[in-house]
Amino acid sequence: MATEILTYEYDVVVIGAGGAGLRAAIEARAQGKSVAVICKSLFGKAHTVMAEGGAAAAMGNVNAHDNWMVHFRDTLRGGKFLNNPRMAELHAKEAPDRVWELEQWGALFDRTKDGKISQRNFGGHEYPRLAHVGDRTGLELIRTMQQAVVSYQQKDLKEYGDYEARIKVFAEHTVTRLLKDGDRIAGAFGYRREDGQFVLFKAPAVVLATGGIGKTFKVTSNSWEYTGDGHALALLAGATLINMECVQFHPTGMVWPPSVKGILVTESVRGDGGVLRNSEGKRFMFDYVPDVFRKQYAETEEEADRWYTDPDNNRRPPELLPRDEVARSINSEVKAGRGSPHGGVFLDIASRLPADEVRRRLPSMYHQFKELADVDITAEPMEVGPTCHYVMGGVEVDADTGAASVPGLFAAGEVSGGMHGSNRLGGNSLSDLLVFGRRAGLGAAEYVAGLDADNRPEVADADVEAARTEALAPLEHEGGENPYTVHSELQQTMNDLVGIIRRESEVEAAIEKLGGFRERREVLSAPGSRTFNPGWHLALDLRNMLLVADCVAKAALERQESRGGHTREDYPAMSAEWRKINLVCSLDDKGLAKLERKPVPTIRKDLLELFELSELKKYMTDEELEGLEEAK
Amino acid sequence: MSYKAKFKVWRGDAGKGDLADYDVEVNEGEVVLDIIHRLQATQAPDMAVRWNCKAGKCGSCSAEINGKPSLMCMTRMSTFTEEETVTVTPLRTFPVIRDLVTDVSFNYTKAREVVSFQPPEGLAPGEYRMQQVDVERSQEFRKCIECFLCQNTCHAVRDHEDNKEHFAGPRFLMRVAELDMHPLDTRERRNEAQEEHGLGFCNITKCCTEVCPEHIKITDNALIPMKERVVDRKYDPLVWLGSKIGRRKQSHS
Repeated sequence: MATEILTYEYDVVVIGAGGAGLRAAIEARAQGKSVAVICKSLFGKAHTVMAEGGAAAAMGNVNAHDNWMVHFRDTLRGGKFLNNPRMAELHAKEAPDRVWELEQWGALFDRTKDGKISQRNFGGHEYPRLAHVGDRTGLELIRTMQQAVVSYQQKDLKEYGDYEARIKVFAEHTVTRLLKDGDRIAGAFGYRREDGQFVLFKAPAVVLATGGIGKTFKVTSNSWEYTGDGHALALLAGATLINMECVQFHPTGMVWPPSVKGILVTESVRGDGGVLRNSEGKRFMFDYVPDVFRKQYAETEEEADRWYTDPDNNRRPPELLPRDEVARSINSEVKAGRGSPHGGVFLDIASRLPADEVRRRLPSMYHQFKELADVDITAEPMEVGPTCHYVMGGVEVDADTGAASVPGLFAAGEVSGGMHGSNRLGGNSLSDLLVFGRRAGLGAAEYVAGLDADNRPEVADADVEAARTEALAPLEHEGGENPYTVHSELQQTMNDLVGIIRRESEVEAAIEKLGGFRERREVLSAPGSRTFNPGWHLALDLRNMLLVADCVAKAALERQESRGGHTREDYPAMSAEWRKINLVCSLDDKGLAKLERKPVPTIRKDLLELFELSELKKYMTDEELEGLEEAK
Repeated sequence: MSYKAKFKVWRGDAGKGDLADYDVEVNEGEVVLDIIHRLQATQAPDMAVRWNCKAGKCGSCSAEINGKPSLMCMTRMSTFTEEETVTVTPLRTFPVIRDLVTDVSFNYTKAREVVSFQPPEGLAPGEYRMQQVDVERSQEFRKCIECFLCQNTCHAVRDHEDNKEHFAGPRFLMRVAELDMHPLDTRERRNEAQEEHGLGFCNITKCCTEVCPEHIKITDNALIPMKERVVDRKYDPLVWLGSKIGRRKQSHS
């Protein structure tokens, strides 16, 4: 195996080729910068393909009452007001343009009767808002942007005689370290999975778009790639993460057979009329509407059912509460002994829609249950339960540019924090990727444009050598433990002790166990060569998962309230004082997570006035609401 | 519920390799990919395999299972008897990198050769209007998860290495059809399919359609309609034959 390191130079390196990464790369290239896109898997396989329901954008195609202000309001309600309000505002305002733009690149969304983009209902969204393609919207986004990248490459072939002159995709590459020159980003170091060849990217700007952390938990809808790489790279480079305790458990994952436990069942099932029932056949969600949402949700099955055809005169069914509420309710039903045979509850679409309509609207769910569980969802109910799905916490960024606290470092999509507050609404992820992917790509391009040509950061040889040594350690160490064992124990620990419902003593126990895992990781062994060796790759990813788990656990212990994706059994209420606090995570000199409390950015008065005062009082202190009047 | 299965998995690299034997536990409801993961976790930590979603949505875990091109995540163990030996080998059409991982760059090269969507001029974002019935034809092809099983199976490349240069394969001929049927694409693509992407190599044996995990009717709905439109100019005996033996659906155009 060659010991030399392949070296490349770019203006902007984008780590991650899901929705956010591709949108960032397209933007940086459109701004005239040279761009590398690095993906852990093959091009076009990123986790975004798993997104099913749609992209939320207040286009008003189905209900003309919709606009960005309603979308903003829904997003803050969903996030229980922990959101970065500027991000939520930009997101609500720009999402329609970002969706329309995809049509110019060839996307084919489902249509309304008048030929516009169709929009579907989803949890927490007041109006039908999700642009969709059946239940495979994420695939459409990825393919469209993949093809937009190719379209730039075709232009570059004409102009420069080389497809890869200005934008190149490095498929099946993994970055293990960001490199700096003083305070500033200078590049990234990693390896090519195919042969273990080390690679060095010299670049003044790096955009993190690595997605989430789900593989830290046992039951998850996330793929093997979701090992918190960007979160960890940011921490190791000196950047900060916010609100890592906020982890979304999607209410409906498959629960049987065991091998598919956690795989997502799209919220569209409920958006299109599906209902949740317990073992007694009861639509139990009516019992779980929290006080803050009582005004917006139906109290009887009759009213809820009327809403599908007459939404202006009826309130929404409680199955369409935000995900955190539904997940906790399912958890309670199962604990109370009213669960389904395999430890979930029933999700019934069969009795609600004709069979051919189910197959038309939810083709991939039909296919998934038929082939993986032998269940015909047009004839019988599905069994579902909560699954770790998304992390709201992430890299602390500037709302407008995606810039992290380290100069030259940017982040967009799931790896960034703030946009979704303590809980993300379904459909707000795909639109988040588009809006903030573009903004981070633009931010990075402008940052590079502002650098003096003779003042580009330099990579230090010693840093490269240190990164190389670190990456080789698991291969060179003999007789140590198998990385799969440590990973599976970590997943079980996080699932059991820092999962959907948390208690002080259990989280403390988890923090202690994490210390043990860190020691064991130091001496792991990955037998075999550097050629496509998954054991070696996992050993390296484990560093990232352990860093992220440390942040999640410590933040979960610190926040003494329950809010969105953070539920403390010992502090079950929301606290208006805690709402004002972001928990900011960085690394101390021993490489362990440390926390700092910082204020959540204040919500501008014109944005606050989008809500009724009586609603704001449920979330905020009197002090914060001083000077506000009851809305017109 | 649980039993010991006999597996043969191809282990090796570009240079050489062979089938390796494993006895491995199988539990109720599992798929072939679960068993490969169990082998990694317990017996062969460096066994190379691609996978992502484990739900038939990303198209990463393509392999040949008992000789049949399949997604490992969608092949349930219950389709085999407990006594049966399950043999897993890499896609045959593409060069092996290691174990079950092959070099599929051929497909990305071909993808780049299909000219992208050409939007109509003067239509601003938000002004696109299309009817559902018109987008559905291309939407069927956009369900493609790029597992490349069709590319692997098509004998025009599987058995004829020298055709690779001139033949885009079913996946990318379907991409041309998708753009051709896109209600707003402005490019004339008919001749390109024949002259640049090798549509003529296809002799409509439907092997691609048979292995498609998304059940896309590649031959009937994408390739034959394109052949028919080319036939406006050129006589193609296979289309004539196809129409006589009743294999094709009513044409759209």
